[in-house]
Amino acid sequence: MLLIHCPYCEETLPEAEFAHAGQAHIIRPENPSAQTDEEWESFLFIRSNVKGPHYERWRHLHGCGRFFNAVRDTVSDRFLTTYKAGAPRPDLETLTGEVK
Amino acid sequence: MSEYRVSGRGRIDTAQPVSFTFDGATYRGFKGDTVASALLANGVHLMGRSFKYHRPRGAVAAGSEEPNALIGTRRGAGRFEPNTRATVQEIWNGLETSSQNKYPSLKFDVGAVNDAAYMLFSAGFYYKTFMWPKSFWDKVYEPFIRAAAGLGVSPTEEDPDTYASRNLHCDVLIVGAGPSGLAAARAAAAKGVSVVLVDENAEAGGTLLSEPQARIDGKPAWDWLASELAALREMGVRIMTRTTAIGYYHQNMIGLCEKLTDHLAELPADTPRERLWRVRARQVVLAQGALEKPLVFHGNDRPGVMLAGSAQTYLNRYGVLVGKRPVVLTCHDSAWYAAFDLHRAGAKVQAIVDTRGSVREELVSEAKSLGIPVKLSHTASATSGRLRVSSIRVNPVSGNTVGAGEKIACDAVLMSGGWTPSLHLFSHTKGKLAWDDDRTTFLPDVTPEDCVIAGASRGLWGIEAALTDGAEKGRAVADALGVAGNAVAYAVEDDRTGTGVSHKELPTDRSPGKAKAFVDYQNDVTAKDLRLAVREGMRSIEHVKRYTTNGMATDQGKMSNINGLNIASDALGKKQPQVGLTTFRPPYTPTSFGAFAGYHRGAHFELTRKTQIDAWAEENGAVFEPVGQWRRAWYFPKPGEDMDAAVRRECKATRSSVGIFDASTLGKIEVVGPDAVEFMNRMYTNPWTKLAPGRCRYGLLLGDDGYIRDDGVIGRMTEDRFHVTTTTGGAARVLNMMEDYLQTEWPDLNVWLTSTTEQWSTIALNGPNAAKLLQPFVEGVTLTEEAFPHMSCVECTVAGMPARLFRVSFTGEIGFEVNVPAPMGRKLWETLWEAGQQYDITVYGTETMHVLRAEKGYIIVGQDTDGTVTPYDCGMGWAVGKKKPDFVGMRGLARPDLVAEGRKQFVGLLTEDGSKLEEGAQIVFDPKQQIPMTMVGHVTSSYESEEVGQPIALALVQGGQNRMGDTVYIPMPDRTIAAKITSTIFVDPENARLKI
Repeated sequence: MLLIHCPYCEETLPEAEFAHAGQAHIIRPENPSAQTDEEWESFLFIRSNVKGPHYERWRHLHGCGRFFNAVRDTVSDRFLTTYKAGAPRPDLETLTGEVK
Repeated sequence: MSEYRVSGRGRIDTAQPVSFTFDGATYRGFKGDTVASALLANGVHLMGRSFKYHRPRGAVAAGSEEPNALIGTRRGAGRFEPNTRATVQEIWNGLETSSQNKYPSLKFDVGAVNDAAYMLFSAGFYYKTFMWPKSFWDKVYEPFIRAAAGLGVSPTEEDPDTYASRNLHCDVLIVGAGPSGLAAARAAAAKGVSVVLVDENAEAGGTLLSEPQARIDGKPAWDWLASELAALREMGVRIMTRTTAIGYYHQNMIGLCEKLTDHLAELPADTPRERLWRVRARQVVLAQGALEKPLVFHGNDRPGVMLAGSAQTYLNRYGVLVGKRPVVLTCHDSAWYAAFDLHRAGAKVQAIVDTRGSVREELVSEAKSLGIPVKLSHTASATSGRLRVSSIRVNPVSGNTVGAGEKIACDAVLMSGGWTPSLHLFSHTKGKLAWDDDRTTFLPDVTPEDCVIAGASRGLWGIEAALTDGAEKGRAVADALGVAGNAVAYAVEDDRTGTGVSHKELPTDRSPGKAKAFVDYQNDVTAKDLRLAVREGMRSIEHVKRYTTNGMATDQGKMSNINGLNIASDALGKKQPQVGLTTFRPPYTPTSFGAFAGYHRGAHFELTRKTQIDAWAEENGAVFEPVGQWRRAWYFPKPGEDMDAAVRRECKATRSSVGIFDASTLGKIEVVGPDAVEFMNRMYTNPWTKLAPGRCRYGLLLGDDGYIRDDGVIGRMTEDRFHVTTTTGGAARVLNMMEDYLQTEWPDLNVWLTSTTEQWSTIALNGPNAAKLLQPFVEGVTLTEEAFPHMSCVECTVAGMPARLFRVSFTGEIGFEVNVPAPMGRKLWETLWEAGQQYDITVYGTETMHVLRAEKGYIIVGQDTDGTVTPYDCGMGWAVGKKKPDFVGMRGLARPDLVAEGRKQFVGLLTEDGSKLEEGAQIVFDPKQQIPMTMVGHVTSSYESEEVGQPIALALVQGGQNRMGDTVYIPMPDRTIAAKITSTIFVDPENARLKI
């Protein structure tokens, strides 16, 4: 079972308290009706299938209830970092450089 | 004393004799014996039959890696367990055990005909034998495979034992309490460091239990062990025996299965049989030692042929000679010591046969001084003996030439094919392995976990080397924890260091094609099978494994993997690391379902949510159905009524007078805040701005893809407060979706969301007399068409209780939903029930609710919709706000496929012959077309309807809204049913009945 750091509670807690919530940094367009079919398709359906560090969303479902973002390596299943929703996407090179 | 027991040897307690049965016969052993050691002490080697060929088999090992000696153990009713390893099960007075895979008896087994027919059962035999004729599959092959499949017999009675489950957090977990584990524990157990040391055996010590000759720091090994264990306990080390580390999971979580009662004659009260531990350790030391490999030669599975190291264990730990005239067959120094030990204990070793041309001089001279004949550069080509080995045939080997065979009479063959480091748990960590050519085995390389591996499990040999390495690793993990570990030095005398070589199958002077040289005993895989698999095109070891089933038995290839790899790589002409090793997966040894289930059985398997009115329903004869996690009253049969009759009565009573229904399971979400109305505008399809406080509206929730996700009536209690209801099963999902949009897309909105499902008891009253019944209890509101019209809501007092009263209808009749604080629910229910008697009030369940709503064409999300249905498909375009700039799903509704012609649309169906359709039945336009027919929709809901006078159905049909009056067909297995497409509203399309 993974251990996950909730950036709101500032605690590292077992995975059972959390729910995965898909890929991160997919922003719902300001005015969806202005979107072309292709743009809307891309927003709705197109996701990356990353081998390695992946930006994704988690929710501390059985804790504070907040959604937050994480970078998880899909190969090692290690969290490189977690950060609050709305915070900028962390730089991958810095992250992987920091992690041994 | 039994015939093969050696007095003065072993760690058994001869003051405590124990009797047990095996296949009905009574045997005696001593406390401390396993079933295997006690049977061997009685001269019994035959302990089971093999799985495929039903060949006679005996114990080949002395520990949990045992592939052959699998037995059933019984302790009265319900306490039967198949596939217990006889080498692990400790005996106690009254234990009943039985052999497996035999009929009618272990000594005479008709299934052994498979052995003679072995040509049929070669590698991949399932794929070849059962291919043709096709007609044989159902009648012949499948029944045969099913009858023959499975090891042992599954228990059929409910298990009366309990199983516990616990969490444990520690600084250091050490797996394996042999020399390296013990030394690691001492080095790591600095002040303030919590250390847990686990071992699967009944007692700690590992190799030390089998090597009493060694002296550590001047003390005999067993004395040293006793004082070291006492010292470790003194230092606070937690030592857990009979505890197997079954799996290594993410971030240093290790699963342990602790067996608490299987070794006890009397079951202590209130003690679970097993306890599953979830350990989270900051650092882990794996010190699991090494497992001895068999040698692969014709007849290497005969009872009496066993691992030399295991024979040494039986002698030194249990005081049992596995044979009086053994032959030792080896390619490793370690077996020489086993020969010496047995010889000194009274056995007459017939020969030490070593495949190597040269062996350390001191071993050879010791053999000579004991009078043991030595044969170097020899192979073994056969054994004989029906139920027990009686001789072995050995041949000299010179280069590639195998010389003439010589038969040596014997009553046991002690073999050693060298040792394999135990890397199972290390592999669970996704740790990388590195091939070591010198030792012909894989060794641990790097792991992503905070884990080190010590002693023989990383290829070190000898007690001193293991102690030294353990101490260093213990200090290393202490260092990693930021405390000063203390690695002490150990001096070991009479240590048995040594080396060896590794083989594929041994050379023979006979046809290798006829050899039954077993690699995997439990799955009956021979060297020939592996070579056949390669010849037939298997290239990867993963394919070879699956084609032959090598390593796929319950022992997970503990003995067979490296031998199998050596043979497969030879057949492929590649080096072993290029062929690769198959993946080890948890659990390390077979683990009971009970341990995994823990407390989650019976009523605790899954939680059952009950409303405050549930107990009343039970007292009043309700039949229940599960809805999500809820238990809901389904219908309330009167004596003699079946479901149809009860539902007919409930429907009729509700439409003619008044029905009462427990709607408390409806999901409820409180949406509050200055931006609540804006939030609702964005979430739901409907417009909310103009909805006045005190009014409610049917709300439709879509996904951004445009498909219906949920629905429910939503009341605006005040300007900034909405009482949102959801489907019973959808409440959590809807709240999650709302939270998602609120937190991540619209964090600027000032809104709070609260789940209030369980804060309210909700009682629905429906029927022409609903208002009359309710009015006397309601304070401050007059239940008239003018003062409280349909789709009104208000906070008021009902029967003296604070309430939220809704005028809504899911039946087409005058309807009210009274929400009161949950604990008051039953009181209000009983008050209304009593007062309702004057109107012949009838309680109804979910089935009647379904019928009544279907008669009105109200959808049930998830039944009439399936995640691909839009509001327009359902004829509910009226619920979609056209003037809003955006809502979730608005852009989705404009997707090309969602506006295309010919979508499946929601319609009603009435059958021409008045029969009731099956829900889920497929619909076609032309019943005469060729099979496979073009399916154009399906029946989503179907009920008998007293009100309509014939069964009604709801369906999704291609272009259905433009096909009113058309006939469609529903092909069933026995006939084809014709049905007419109608409106979805079967009753009171003008909604006249909603008026008070």
